[in-house]
Amino acid sequence: MGRITLDKVRKAFGEVEVIPPLDLTINDGEFVVFVGPSGCGKSTLLRLIAGLEDVTDGEIRIDGEEATQVPPAKRGLAMVFQSYALYPHMSVRKNIAFPLRMAKMDAAEQTRRVEGAADVLNLTDYLERRPGQLSGGQRQRVAIGRAIVREPAAFLFDEPLSNLDAALRVGMRLEISELHKRLETTMIYVTHDQVEAMTMADKIVVLRAGNIEQVGSPLELYRTPRNLFVAGFIGSPKMNLIGGAIAAPHNATTIGIRPEHLSVSSDAGDWPGVVGVSEHLGSDTFFHVTCEGMEEPITVRVGGEVDLSYGDKVFLSPDPEHLHRFDAQGLRVA
Amino acid sequence: MARAVTTQRKAFNTGLAWIIGLLIFFPILWTILTSFKTEAEAIANPPLFLNFDWTLENYAVVQERSDYMRFLWNSVIIAGGSTILGIIIAVPAAWSMAFVPSRRTKDILLWMLSTKMLPAVGVLYPIYLLFIQLGLLDSRGGLVVVLMLINLPIIVWMLYTYFREIPGEILEAARMDGATLREEILYILTPMAVPGIASTVLLNFILAWNEAFWTLNLTAVDAAPLTAFIASYSSPEGLFFAKLSAASTMAIAPILILGWFSQKQLVRGLTFGAVK
Repeated sequence: MGRITLDKVRKAFGEVEVIPPLDLTINDGEFVVFVGPSGCGKSTLLRLIAGLEDVTDGEIRIDGEEATQVPPAKRGLAMVFQSYALYPHMSVRKNIAFPLRMAKMDAAEQTRRVEGAADVLNLTDYLERRPGQLSGGQRQRVAIGRAIVREPAAFLFDEPLSNLDAALRVGMRLEISELHKRLETTMIYVTHDQVEAMTMADKIVVLRAGNIEQVGSPLELYRTPRNLFVAGFIGSPKMNLIGGAIAAPHNATTIGIRPEHLSVSSDAGDWPGVVGVSEHLGSDTFFHVTCEGMEEPITVRVGGEVDLSYGDKVFLSPDPEHLHRFDAQGLRVA
Repeated sequence: MARAVTTQRKAFNTGLAWIIGLLIFFPILWTILTSFKTEAEAIANPPLFLNFDWTLENYAVVQERSDYMRFLWNSVIIAGGSTILGIIIAVPAAWSMAFVPSRRTKDILLWMLSTKMLPAVGVLYPIYLLFIQLGLLDSRGGLVVVLMLINLPIIVWMLYTYFREIPGEILEAARMDGATLREEILYILTPMAVPGIASTVLLNFILAWNEAFWTLNLTAVDAAPLTAFIASYSSPEGLFFAKLSAASTMAIAPILILGWFSQKQLVRGLTFGAVK
C-alpha cells in the first residue's frame, strides 16, 4: 500500500518560503510526476515526503498514518537519486542488499531478493563489480535495484534520468514505466522534462514557485490547461500564445493554439503570414510562421513532408474546437 | 596538442629533480654521515664526505649517557596521544561542518586556522603559568593536550576537506535505506573517508613528533621526548657535533622510516580532492 497525503504542508528555509501551504493526495499504485521549471520546489517537495527535509508546517500521512516526524528510514519509502548515490566501496550485490542488511533480513532471503532484482534489471553478470566499473545506465539500474528489493510502499525518483544520454533516457523511461505496471507500487517521479511527465505519468502535478498550478492526467493537462503557465509548459513544441487584437474577438486577453491544431493553406485562412525557418523531422514538419499583427512567430505542426519554403506566403487557421482562451489573470475561460 | 617531451628534456628534468631533492635532503644526509665520524673528523676542514674512518662510537656513547628508549617512549606517547585525542575531537567537528554547515561555518574554519598564525612564543607565558598552576609541567598528559590543541585546526581542516568530497546524497541514500546514524557512519562514511583519515593521522603524528618548541619548554626529565634528547647534546661547554648527529639520527630514524613506508598514502592524502 502506498497512499500519501499532504495536508497544508509548508516549507521555509529561514525567511524564504519555498513551498507555501499545499494539499495533495497520491493514491495507492499511482504514477505521479512532479514537473516544473528548475527551482519550482519539486525536489524539495519530494524530499519532504522522503523525510530528508523537515516540514515547517502541516502534516504528511502515509497510508493514513501520521509520518511528519517519522525519520526517512522508517517511512517505508525508497528513493532513487539523480546522482544514483551508490556506495562506491561496495559491490553491486552489496549495494542492492544494503537496505535488506539494515533491516536485519536473513541472509538466504537477502540473496534471493538481490538475485531476483538483478534478474529483472539485467544486472546478474555485474553483481560482483563495483559501481565505478559500470556505465551510467547500469548504475541507474543498480540504484533502482536497491530501491525495489525493499518492496517499499512507494518509490521516489529524483530526476533519475537527467545524467543519461538521450537514447538511454528513452530506454530507461520505458523500463521504469514497465516496472510500475509490473509492481503496481506508488511512484513519485520528479522531472523538469515535460515529455517524461507526459509519457510516464498517471497524474501530473505542475509546480511553479512551490505552488501547484494544476493536477491532472497528461491528457487533461494537454486538453484543458487551467492557466497560461500550464498551457505553455505542457506540450512540445509549446502552445502558441497570442494576445492583443487577435485575442479580443474571442473574448479573451490571450488565446492559445497548439501547433498541431492549426491548418495551413496557401490561398485562404484567418491569419496571413510568411514562412520562416522550418524543421523537417520526416514524420512531422514544424514551420515557424510570422503572422501579421503578432509579436512572436507561430509554430505550426504539419504531418509528413510539406513543400513550403522560406519566405512563402501562407494562411493559418486555428481549429476552433481546440482554441484555448485565457483572461487577464492568465486563467482559463470556460 | 600535447607538449612533446624529448628524451633530452626528460633526462634534464630528472637530473634537476634529483639535484633539488638531494639539496633538500642534504642536511639530513650530512647529519647521518657525521654521526659515524669521530669528533675531530666532524669538524675537519675541508669537510670529509665519505673518506673517513667509519665508527659507531658516538652511538655507543649516546646510548651509554642517556636512556634513548625512555625518550622514544615519551615521543610515542605524546605524538600518538595527541593524534588520537585530536582525531576523536576533529572527526565530529569536521563532520558537522561538512554535512550540516551553518552560516558561520566558513568563519569558524578561518578562525581556527588563524590561531596558527600566532607565534607560539606569544602564548608561552600564559601556558607556562597555567601548567604550573595545574601541575602539568613535565607531564606527558599536559603535552598531549597542548600538541593536540596546536594541531587541531589542521586536523579539522584536512578532515573537513575529505568529508566535503563525499557526496551528501550517498549519506541520504543510506538514511533512506534504513541506516541509523551509527550505521551510516560505520558502514558508509568511515569506509569512504578512510584514506583521508589515515593521511591526517599520519601527518599529525609527524607534526607532533617533530614539534620542538613546546616539548622543550614544558618538559624537563620525566616527560622529555626525543626533541629534548637531541637538545641535550647541544651543550654550551663544547660542540660535540658527532654525538649530536648520532642523537639526531636516532631521534629522526623512527619517523623517517614511518614516513618512507607511508609516503604513497601521504602524497595521496595531501593532494586529495585537488583533481576531481
